[in-house]
Amino acid sequence: MSDRTDRQNAMKRNAKVMNRFDLTTRLVSKLKNEEAVIGGIGHSNFDLWGAGRRPQNFYMLGSMGLAAPIALGVALAQPKRRVFALEGDGSMLMQLGSLATIANVAPRNLTIIVWDNGMYQITGAQKTATAGRADLVEIARGAGIVGSAWANDEADFERLVMRALDEDGPWFIAARIDGTAPKQQTPREPVTIKDAFMRGLGVKPAW
Amino acid sequence: MPSADAPSPIKADATWHEAVIRALKDNDVRLVVYVPDNVLRPLIDAVSADDFFTVFVAAREEEAVGIVCGAAMAGLRGIVLMQTSGFATLANVLASLAVAAQIPALMMISERGTLGDFQIAQAIVCRTMRPVLESLGIEHHTMTRLDEAHFVVDRTIKQAYKTQAPAALILSPLLTGQR
Repeated sequence: MSDRTDRQNAMKRNAKVMNRFDLTTRLVSKLKNEEAVIGGIGHSNFDLWGAGRRPQNFYMLGSMGLAAPIALGVALAQPKRRVFALEGDGSMLMQLGSLATIANVAPRNLTIIVWDNGMYQITGAQKTATAGRADLVEIARGAGIVGSAWANDEADFERLVMRALDEDGPWFIAARIDGTAPKQQTPREPVTIKDAFMRGLGVKPAW
Repeated sequence: MPSADAPSPIKADATWHEAVIRALKDNDVRLVVYVPDNVLRPLIDAVSADDFFTVFVAAREEEAVGIVCGAAMAGLRGIVLMQTSGFATLANVLASLAVAAQIPALMMISERGTLGDFQIAQAIVCRTMRPVLESLGIEHHTMTRLDEAHFVVDRTIKQAYKTQAPAALILSPLLTGQR
């Protein structure tokens, strides 16, 4: 293993194991300008739902792995709005090519946040590749997203979020998280979710 | 944005890709995300050279559908270009995102594996395309004639947006003239 890989793996190992709901709440508390948030399938969007309803949130009920591509589409359509994608490690591993696409398209207003607990938590905690040797920050950087970093702790996570709000991206933030299950689940109402999101983005008029 | 009810003046399109581009412009479809195919090459080249369009390649067709769905929800009309084998990877994203949430994801598929294709893999996968579209209830039209091309693309885009539903346009070798 190269020195560089050793250093990167050490950065991942040294990152504090945090809590997804706590970090999601911290993220949402920083959003003051109707930023869009795409919550990936499963626990990523359940905790986004639990962190409080926002008209600019889109909750994915299927299409595993597509939070970042959906967020890219939103970011291209509305370049003045900041857009966040929230994904789990299992979801992100399904669509690694999208990181290369995002690096090349280089939307300045897009941030991908990955919650990494090294497991497919919702299906029985089977291990993902990130429980082994894979490092998602190294992968994102290798795909060409220069602004890729592990959040070392909660304060560092907030610092990275503020940087993503203030400076040009694209950004990739990974956080190690524990196996706590969300307290709430998103209602399975895709058309309602989509309509609320489109109204929240000003694409459809308010009712 | 051009009025949805005011198509550009009727004229003969010299090529199928000119007819497609005219219909995309008439309907303000500005985002083109593709996974390439030889048949699609003149269309990809033409939209890439035209400032009206934002054009880029995706690593995978499923990713491209996700991008176009996100753009559609945020007010930017887009279309995915792909070949038959790429469409065969899309059942889950179409079912669980575009159909479930009623998002007008537009797709253009160059039909490989028929009318003389020498690739057996293309021929087999081609037979899955229309049954998948039918089973998902997705509006689809096969384009075979140059004189109908603009009409089919134009009307399909309008219906997709007015009914908030995905739609697929299949480019037959009868239109595109290649294997």
